[in-house]
Amino acid sequence: MKILREILSPLLAVLAAFVVVGIIILILKDNPIQAYGLLLSSSFGSMKDVGWMLSYATPLIFTGLAVAVAFRCGLLNIGAEGQLYVAAFATAWVGLKFGSGLVMVFGKEEHWGYAIPLFPGGLPWYLLVPLCMLTAVVVGGVWGAIPGILKAKFGSHEVINTIMLNFIAVALVSYFTQYYYKIPGDAILQTAPIGEAAHIPKLNEFLPFLPADVPLNVAFLLAVLMCVLVYVFLWKTKWGYELRAVGENPSAAEYGGISPKKQIIIAMTISGALAGMVAIGEVLGVRHNYYDSFSGEWGYLGIAVALLGRNHPLGVFIAALFFGMLLRGEIFVDAFTAKVSKDVGWVLQAIIILFVACFQIFSKKRGVRAKI
Amino acid sequence: MSEILTFALLFSAIRLATPLIFAALGGLFSERSGVINIALEGLMLAGAFTAAVVTYQSQNPYLGLLCGCVAGGVLALIYAIACIKFEADQVVAGMAINFLMFGLPALISGAIYDSTGSTPQIDKADLLPNYYNDISFASILAFLLVPICWYVLYKTPFGLRLRATGENPAAADAAGVNVIGLRYTAVVISGILAAAGGAYLSIGQSSLFTRNMTAGRGFIALAALILAKWKPVPVLFACLFFGFMEALTFQIQGVVKLPSGEDIPVQFIQMIPYLLTIIVLAGFIGLSRAPKALGIPYSKEK
Repeated sequence: MKILREILSPLLAVLAAFVVVGIIILILKDNPIQAYGLLLSSSFGSMKDVGWMLSYATPLIFTGLAVAVAFRCGLLNIGAEGQLYVAAFATAWVGLKFGSGLVMVFGKEEHWGYAIPLFPGGLPWYLLVPLCMLTAVVVGGVWGAIPGILKAKFGSHEVINTIMLNFIAVALVSYFTQYYYKIPGDAILQTAPIGEAAHIPKLNEFLPFLPADVPLNVAFLLAVLMCVLVYVFLWKTKWGYELRAVGENPSAAEYGGISPKKQIIIAMTISGALAGMVAIGEVLGVRHNYYDSFSGEWGYLGIAVALLGRNHPLGVFIAALFFGMLLRGEIFVDAFTAKVSKDVGWVLQAIIILFVACFQIFSKKRGVRAKI
Repeated sequence: MSEILTFALLFSAIRLATPLIFAALGGLFSERSGVINIALEGLMLAGAFTAAVVTYQSQNPYLGLLCGCVAGGVLALIYAIACIKFEADQVVAGMAINFLMFGLPALISGAIYDSTGSTPQIDKADLLPNYYNDISFASILAFLLVPICWYVLYKTPFGLRLRATGENPAAADAAGVNVIGLRYTAVVISGILAAAGGAYLSIGQSSLFTRNMTAGRGFIALAALILAKWKPVPVLFACLFFGFMEALTFQIQGVVKLPSGEDIPVQFIQMIPYLLTIIVLAGFIGLSRAPKALGIPYSKEK
């Protein structure tokens, strides 16, 4: 019965959102049936479609898990976007500094020249890739820990702080990119490309039926693994139990000998680390550099993914695939309908969140969330 | 230094502070009644988009402003229903409103003007007027609103009830205050005011609506509100300060140098409002105390 309710209410929210957006499409004098047909079918026509859908879903699995872990501790992490930005820049930086080859650097004209790698010839891939991955996780985790510590030490609200830290992250990373790590003369705000030793393989190297232009890479497998690990952590370990206990009822947890402050910091650190993992797929797997505004608002979409997935790793996985499907489909809606643009995806997503929130997804006891 | 600190900078600061003043005063009403307003960003966008479309179609900026405010009020009502009637998590519902306004204007303008990026350019003569030295009609309105809000909040029965509702809804209820009705009113007022700020962006500062044109100003307004400790007159100064900071980023580019002869990176000036908010929230500059019942839904049974 409980499981049925868990599945039913997100489904209802999605259905209701489709009805509302359908009415909006009708008002805009277009055909909702055609638009929805494109939206829902564009991900399943061929292996290429499926591959694209999965690659759209990959960053959303990470950010969805990030938001879900924080939620389980009673925290709303709106900062996944900032966390994945700093992580992506740091990952690209390590890839450049410890990578091989001559990389033209950087920034201001008088500093143009060739970067000297910290090690002659750079690190071999089996050291460089793990180092880059570790960087993504650690830097994301540190950026996530800041609002956690601020909340634990000063009681300041994590929602406001994470929003502020998002803006700070974007400004900070844009500063370093612009002044130090841009290729001279490049009109786009992006770092120099990382060497091949820091690349992670695409899945079509193992699965020949996937076309080569699909950016799906091993980060997807990592995302699936993280779903399993987060599940095990939250429900099969003592630490996960303590984290959830604080989310359920912080004063009861404290009475039971669990420190809510410590759990808040732990939850935000894990949350940030998960968001930082987006950098692994995008920097090492897809773009091979840090590119300003590379994120398709994945940090914010993660909130929708977590809510729809009811803060459970399996739910997050399914919800991320659903949103991956929408992201794939909206391109086709944009191209093949007369009036409906790809923004329909945003509208749908927003209304789904609103309905999920209204359908009492949260328990009324929000514990630590009550205080701003 | 003197070439930067000019009247031009002051006027520019006032211009940039104007949308923040509207939005922050809007947030003030909602938050003093106990409803968090993360949705300011979306409410501003609703006002900006509607005002741009109506002004373009009717060539009347006042009608545009009015319709923008109505749109903000209606959107705020939807937000209020989610937060008050359904007791949805206010932060989550607020973010949903922001996401909605990220996509909906583009969807609508794509369908009617065949352009998702922006609405058509409005003729310069049809924009909100400027007086004297670039002082906008909207800026005057914003400055007038501050004493009005102060008066309403502290000198009228409505204001007293509003503040009581935000601090202790149960006591206010026992004293005969209609807590639920008051919160609806307060949230709708916040939508109208925030939308006016957004409208100024599209039919005052610029002459069209562009996607996500508020660029975080709703959040800055929220920051100003926190910095001002939820009080109307300090809100004015906080917004002016943030407006000044933004004006400064335009002015110092290429003019002011660090001792080493390098430009001051704009990114560091852009960060100041955000860093300041974090510092204030942590209680380093005086204690910033929110209304006690902020964020907690009210129902009589409890």
